[in-house]
Amino acid sequence: MTWILENWERFWEVTAVHLRLSIVPVLAGFALSIPLGWFASRSAKARAVLFPLANVLFTIPSIALIVITPILIGVKILDEINVIVPLVIYTVALMVRSVSDALAAVPGNVIAAANAMGYRPLRRFLTVDFPLALPVTIAGLRVATVSNISMVSVGALVGLGGYGQLFTEGYQTDHTEKVLAGLIGTVVLAVLADGLLLLIGRLLTPWARAGR
Amino acid sequence: MKRIATAVAAVMLLSACGGDPLAGSGNNEPAPTDTIVVGSANFPESRLLAEIYAEALSAKGVKVSKKLNIGNRELYYKGVQDGSIDLIPEYTGVLLKHINKDATEVGSDEVYAALKKALPQNLVVLDKSAAEDKDAVVVTKQIAAQYSLKSLDDLVPYCKDLAFGGPPEFQNRPDGLSGLKAKYNCEFKEFKSLDVGGPVTVAGLKDNTVQAANLFTTDYAIKANEFVVLEDPKNVFAAQNVLPLINEKKASQQVRDTLNAISRKIDTKTLLDLNQKLAGPDKPEPEKVAKEWLAGAGI
Amino acid sequence: MGAWLFDPAHWSGPTGIPVRLLEHLGYTLLTLLIAAVIAIPLGAFVGHTGRGGFAIVGLSNALRALPTTAVLILVVLWAGLGDFPVYVALVLLAVPPIMAGTYAGVRAVDPMAVDAARGVGMRESGVLLNVEIPNALPLIYGGFRGAALQVVATATIAAYTGAGGLGRFVFDGLALQEFGQMLAGAVLVALLAVLVDLGFAGLQRLTVSPGLRPAGTGGKR
Repeated sequence: MTWILENWERFWEVTAVHLRLSIVPVLAGFALSIPLGWFASRSAKARAVLFPLANVLFTIPSIALIVITPILIGVKILDEINVIVPLVIYTVALMVRSVSDALAAVPGNVIAAANAMGYRPLRRFLTVDFPLALPVTIAGLRVATVSNISMVSVGALVGLGGYGQLFTEGYQTDHTEKVLAGLIGTVVLAVLADGLLLLIGRLLTPWARAGR
Repeated sequence: MKRIATAVAAVMLLSACGGDPLAGSGNNEPAPTDTIVVGSANFPESRLLAEIYAEALSAKGVKVSKKLNIGNRELYYKGVQDGSIDLIPEYTGVLLKHINKDATEVGSDEVYAALKKALPQNLVVLDKSAAEDKDAVVVTKQIAAQYSLKSLDDLVPYCKDLAFGGPPEFQNRPDGLSGLKAKYNCEFKEFKSLDVGGPVTVAGLKDNTVQAANLFTTDYAIKANEFVVLEDPKNVFAAQNVLPLINEKKASQQVRDTLNAISRKIDTKTLLDLNQKLAGPDKPEPEKVAKEWLAGAGI
Repeated sequence: MGAWLFDPAHWSGPTGIPVRLLEHLGYTLLTLLIAAVIAIPLGAFVGHTGRGGFAIVGLSNALRALPTTAVLILVVLWAGLGDFPVYVALVLLAVPPIMAGTYAGVRAVDPMAVDAARGVGMRESGVLLNVEIPNALPLIYGGFRGAALQVVATATIAAYTGAGGLGRFVFDGLALQEFGQMLAGAVLVALLAVLVDLGFAGLQRLTVSPGLRPAGTGGKR
C-alpha cells in the first residue's frame, strides 16, 4: 500500500489507462452482442454457428490474441487497439449467450400481448423484449466486465496494459509491493464496476423487485 | 412504460457510445511532430536510461511522452521503424547484430562505425557513451570451482551436461545460443526460457535450476551473489556501448546536444552504481533515480 | 503457421509439441482436481445449509477479479520458480466457477425431493451425498467445464515464469517474433480446450442420471 501512496501520480496514470482499456471493449462488445444475441434467440441455425464459435474464441489464450492482433489488422505494435480488439472478441463471446438466453426467456404471453396491442417489431424489441431481458443481460455484462478488467493486464507483455505494467516491472525488479499495488488496483476497479452495474441494473428494472 | 422507455434510451445511449470508441480511440492520433516518444526495453537499466533521456529533454523544453517497458528488441525495433516510438536507449553490439546478423565487428569503435552504416535511413544513433553493458555467460561460484571455469573455452567440455537459462530471444540471436554453438561448439543440455537478466534468472542460478545463464555485466546481482562472469575470448558478445537510437526527423540539434551531453557523462561505473541503486532495499522508481543522477551530473 | 506446426522437428525431443501438450494437460488436470476438492465440498455445504451463500457469491466474484498474471508473479517472487506458483494461480482461477456451480446446483434441487429423503429417514449427510449432489450434478458440471476451459486457456501464462506447457510456444514466438510458432501455440491451446471439454462432456454423460438431462439432449438410446 505504501507504494501506491508514494507513487500516487504513477498509480493514477496506470489506473486511467487500465480503465480505458477495459471499459471501451465492454461497451463495444455489449453493443455488438445485442444484435447477435437477438439473432441467436430467433434462429436455431444462428445458434448452431454462434455458440460453438463463441466457445472456441474463448479458448484462445488472451496473450496470443493480443500479440497476433497487430499482424491481423495491420496497425502499429503499440496501438491500444491491439488490446481492445481481443477484449471485444472475448466480451462478445461471453455476452452473445447471455443476451440470447435472456431474450429467449421473455414469456410468450407478454410478447403475444404486445403484438395484440399493435407493437411493431422494432418498437416491441426496444420497449418490451429488451427491457425484460435486462436482468439476465446485466448479469452477463457483470461477468464480462470483471473478466475484462482482470484480463487487460496481459497487454503489458507487449508494452500496453495499465496495471499490468506494474506486474511486469515488479517482476523484473523483484518488487513485490509494486505487483501487489497493481493487484489491489485491479480488484478494487472490478468490485466498483461490478457494484455500479448491479446498481444500474436495479435502477433500470424496478419491476424485478416490485413483487418482493 | 415511461420508465422502460427511459431505460431503453439509456441502454441505447450506452450502446451508441460503444460503437464509436472501437472505431475512433484505438487509432491514437500520431503524436504531434514536436513530441518525442521515448521507449524502453523490458529490463530496468533500459527503463532507467530512457527516463534519463526523457527527463533531460523535457528539462530543455522538448515535449516528451514515454512508452516504457515495451518488450525485447525483436518487438520494440518494429515500433522504432513504424514510428510508434522515436527514441530508445540502445547497445551498439546487439543492435548491430539485430540489423545485420552476419556482422563480425567486435571492437567498440568498429562496431559503432558499422552500426552507423547498417542503420536504415530514417534512424540514427548519436554519440556513443563509454558505458558498456554486455551480455555475458554467468555461473555461480560453486559451479565455477567445480568445473574450474574462467572463460567460455573452459566451459566447452561441460556444455552438454549443463542447463542454460536466459530470455527466450537468446535462443535465436547470433550473439546468443547460436553464436555460442558456432564459435565455441558449445551446445547445452537444455535451454530454459527465463527473464531478461532479472530476478528469475538469478534465482534459477542460485537454486541450480540452470547452471549457466545470460546476465548483463552491469547487473548488481552479479556482485551481490558473487557470480562468475565467464570471459569470452572468441567474442560472441561484441562491444556494447550505451547510446541513443533516434528517429532522424526528431533529432534536432538541441536534442542531439542534450543526449550527447548525457552520453559523455555515463560510463560503466555509472551503470553499475545506478543498477545497484535500483536494486536497493527501497526499490526506487527509475524516474526518481534518473532525476537524482541528472542533478548530480549537472545536466 | 502450418509450416511450423507440421515441421517434424517440432514434434520430438524435450521441447517438442507432445511434451508441451502433456505438460499443459498435466497443469490443467491437476489444477482441476485440486480446485474440485476445495470448491465442491464448500459449495455443497453452503448450498445444503443455506448459510453463507452471500459470502460464497461475494468470494467467487472477488476471486474472479484476481489477475492470474499478478498471482503467478507474486508466488514466484515469494516461493521461487517451478510449477508450484502455476498451480496456485490456476487453482484460484478454477475455484470460483466450480464453487458457484455447486452452490447453485445444490440450492436448485427440488425441495420436495429433499423433504422426501428426510422423510424416509436419511441423515443429513445422506441427503447431501445421495440426493442433493447427484441432482446438482448438471450445474456442478457446468461450473466445472467452464473452469476447465478457462484453465486450459490460462495455463498458457505458466510459460511467462519459465515453466512449461503450450504457452512456451506463445511466449518464445513472441520473444523471437516468430508468428508461426505463436499461432501454432494458440491453436494447440484452443484444440486442447475443445478436447478437454469433449472429455468432460463424455464423463458427464456417464455419471449424470439420464432423468436430469435437459429435454432434447438425452432421450432413449
